[in-house]
Amino acid sequence: MSQVPSTLEERAGASTTGDAARPADSNGSSRVTVIKPAPRLPRLAFSELWHYRELLGTLVWRDVVVRYKQTFLGIAWAILVPVFTAVVYIVVFGRFADFPDGGMKYQVLVLAGVLPMQYFVSALTGSSMSLAANLNLVTKVYFPRTLLPLAAVLVPFVDFLVGIPVLVACMAFYGVWPGGLEVLTAPLFMGLAVVSALGAGLFLSAINVRYRDVRYMIPVFLQVLPLLSGVMYAVQAIPEKWQWVLACNPMTAVVAGWRWAVIDGPAPDVWQTALGFGVGGALLIFGLAVFRSSEPRFADTI
Amino acid sequence: MAIAIEAEGLSKRYRLGEFQAAYGTLRESMVHAMRRLTGKEHQRDVKELWALDDVSFSVEEGEVLGVIGRNGAGKSTLLKVLTRITTPTKGRVEIRGRVGSLLEVGTGFHPELTGRENIYLNGAILGMKRREIQQKLGDMVEFSGVEGFLDTPVKRYSSGMYVRLAFSVAAHLEPEILLVDEVLAVGDAEFQRRCIGRMEDFGANGRTVLFVSHNLQAVAQLCDRVILMEHGRVAMDGPSGKVVAHYLQTSAGAGSARSWDDLDAPGDDLVRLRAVRIVDADGETVDYVDVREPVGIEIAFRVLRDGPAVLPKLKLVADGRIAFNAMDVHPRWEEPSPPGEYVATAWIPPNLLNEGLVSIDAAVCSIRSPKLHHHVSVHEAVSFHVQDPAEGGSARGSFTGQWRGVVRPLLEWDAERVR
Repeated sequence: MSQVPSTLEERAGASTTGDAARPADSNGSSRVTVIKPAPRLPRLAFSELWHYRELLGTLVWRDVVVRYKQTFLGIAWAILVPVFTAVVYIVVFGRFADFPDGGMKYQVLVLAGVLPMQYFVSALTGSSMSLAANLNLVTKVYFPRTLLPLAAVLVPFVDFLVGIPVLVACMAFYGVWPGGLEVLTAPLFMGLAVVSALGAGLFLSAINVRYRDVRYMIPVFLQVLPLLSGVMYAVQAIPEKWQWVLACNPMTAVVAGWRWAVIDGPAPDVWQTALGFGVGGALLIFGLAVFRSSEPRFADTI
Repeated sequence: MAIAIEAEGLSKRYRLGEFQAAYGTLRESMVHAMRRLTGKEHQRDVKELWALDDVSFSVEEGEVLGVIGRNGAGKSTLLKVLTRITTPTKGRVEIRGRVGSLLEVGTGFHPELTGRENIYLNGAILGMKRREIQQKLGDMVEFSGVEGFLDTPVKRYSSGMYVRLAFSVAAHLEPEILLVDEVLAVGDAEFQRRCIGRMEDFGANGRTVLFVSHNLQAVAQLCDRVILMEHGRVAMDGPSGKVVAHYLQTSAGAGSARSWDDLDAPGDDLVRLRAVRIVDADGETVDYVDVREPVGIEIAFRVLRDGPAVLPKLKLVADGRIAFNAMDVHPRWEEPSPPGEYVATAWIPPNLLNEGLVSIDAAVCSIRSPKLHHHVSVHEAVSFHVQDPAEGGSARGSFTGQWRGVVRPLLEWDAERVR
C-alpha cells in the first residue's frame, strides 16, 4: 500500500519534465485531430503515412525479429527454402520433364526465378493475413491500416536479400555473369514484384476481414503461380500466343526481366513487359481503392 | 478555458444484418446475392442500430468528465470513435492535443520479443517517437520493476510483470487527453487501483480526462461533470453529484418488476420466462430494500412441453461486478419438469448485500453434464436498491462513511480479551 503514493509522485515528477520537453516535440500540444465520417471517395493521405513512418519501421522490425525466433536454424531458413525449392524444380522439371531453358544454364535459370517468386509468395501471404493477424491492434489503436500490408510486403525482402549471395555463388559456379549495364534495371523488376504483392495484398487483406475464405484460396493460387510465371522454364521458349497470356501476370515480367538483368537471359519482349508493369500498377491502384474504402469498417467487422 | 474535445451531432450506425454476414462465409454471401438477383429473396432484413445518436458535448481543458449509462447505451462506442478505432456515421469531433487511452494497455505486445523490444514496439504503436522512448526508457523500466528481465521474452513473464511493463509504457505516454474505459480495463484490483490513481494524478495536473465507468462511486468521486447516456443519446449533462443521483433514481436498472406476455416471452421451445420481480417478506414488489430485511427474487416461468428437468437460476450483479450466481438445487428439480406454470423465489438473507444498485440476470437452465444449458437468460431483468438507514443492526454499525465491497455480510465475531 505504501508504495503507491510514492510512485504517483514519481509519475507527477516525470510528467512535469515531459512538459518542459514538449516544445521540442513536433508532435506537441497544438495538434488538432478532426474526426469525421469516412469520405465517400477514398483518399490516399500520404502525409499521414509519412507521419507514421517510424511505426512502419517498427512493424517491419518486429516481424523480421520474430520471424525466426525459436527456430534452430534461424535466418538460414531464408537460404534453405529457395535452395530446396530450386533443387526440386531442377530435378523434376529440368531432368525428368526437360523444360525449355531458352539457352540459359538451367540451374541458374531456376534459382534466379525462384528468388523473386519466393519473395512474392511470402509477401502476398503475409500482407493478405496482415489485418487478421494484427486483430488486437486494429480493434484497439488508431494508425493508418495501410501500414500493416505495407510492412508485410517489406518483411520478406530481408529473406530475398539474404538469398542474393546464394544466387551469386551459383552464378560464379556455372560461370554466368550479367551481360552488361542491364543489371542496373534489376531493382526495377523487383519493384514490380513489391508493387504487385502490395496491390494484391491490400485487396485480399481487406476481403479477409470479412471472409476468412481468403486464407484457403491463397495457397492454391500460389501453388500454380510459379508455373504461370515461367519460374522453371524460359518464357521466350514457349509459343508466342501463350507468352501473351502469361504476360498478363506481372510476375512473368518480373522473372523474365530479372533473368535478363542478372543472368544474361534473352531480352524480354518490351510490350509484354509493359503489360506486366501495367497490370501491376493497376493492381496497386485497385487494391488501394478497395482497402481504403473498406478501412472505416475494419474494426466493426473484423 | 480552451476546449479540449468538442463533439457535434456525433452518430454511429451499425447494421445488424451486415454484422451477421460478417460472421458468415463467402459462400453464404454469394448465395444471398444470387437469390436477390433471381428475385427469390427480397432485400434481407437489415436492422439498424444507432449506437450513437446525435451526441454533442464539449470538454474543457483540464476537466475530468465521466460518462455513465447502462450497457449498450453507447459509452464504449463513443470511446471507440474518440480514439478513431471506428469512424462515425455522422457528425464531427475536434480534439486538441495528444490522446492516450488506458484501453490500449499492452496492445501489440509480442510474446516472442523481450521486455526491452516490447517497450519500443508498444511505444511506437501508442504513438511515441523513437527518441522519446529512448529518453523515457529508464523511467519506464524503473516504474515497471522488471529490470532484471529486460532481455527475457515476455512470454516467460508472470502475468503481473507483463501488466506492470505494459502499464508503465502507457503511463509514460503523457497524453494531454486521457480516455479510460473501466469496463474494458482488465486486470486485478491492484491494476484497477493504479488506473484510478493515474486518473486522479492526471486531473490534479490539469489535464483532460474522459472516464467511462459503471462504478458510480468512482465517477462521483473523480469527475467534475458527468454525461449520462441512454440509447445512444446524451440524456443528461451536468455536475457529477446531480447526474449520478438522477441516474440512480430513474434510469438505473430495469425496475423491480418485469413481465412478458405470451408473444414476446423470452425463451426457447421448452421454457419461457413469464415474470421476474423483487419482493419483500410480505410478497409486495419493492424497489428499495432495507439491508436488514430479507429480499426475494421471484422468477415465474412456463414449461411448454415434456423435457429435461429445468431449474431457475439467477446472477446477482452489484457495483458492476458479479456478486454471485445462485441456482435452486432442491431435489424437486431432479425429476423432469411437466409442462405448466412455475414460480420460484430465491431469498437473499438480511445483511448480505452492500448498499447500492443491484441488478439481477434471471435464467432457467437444465444441467447437461458437464455443461449448464441456459434455456432462457435475461440480462439485467430487474434491479433494486439496497439501503442502510444507519439505525444500527447492520454490518456498518455506527460507521457512516464509505463501505466498499460487493457484499457486506454481518459476521459472527468471536472476541475476548486474552491478556
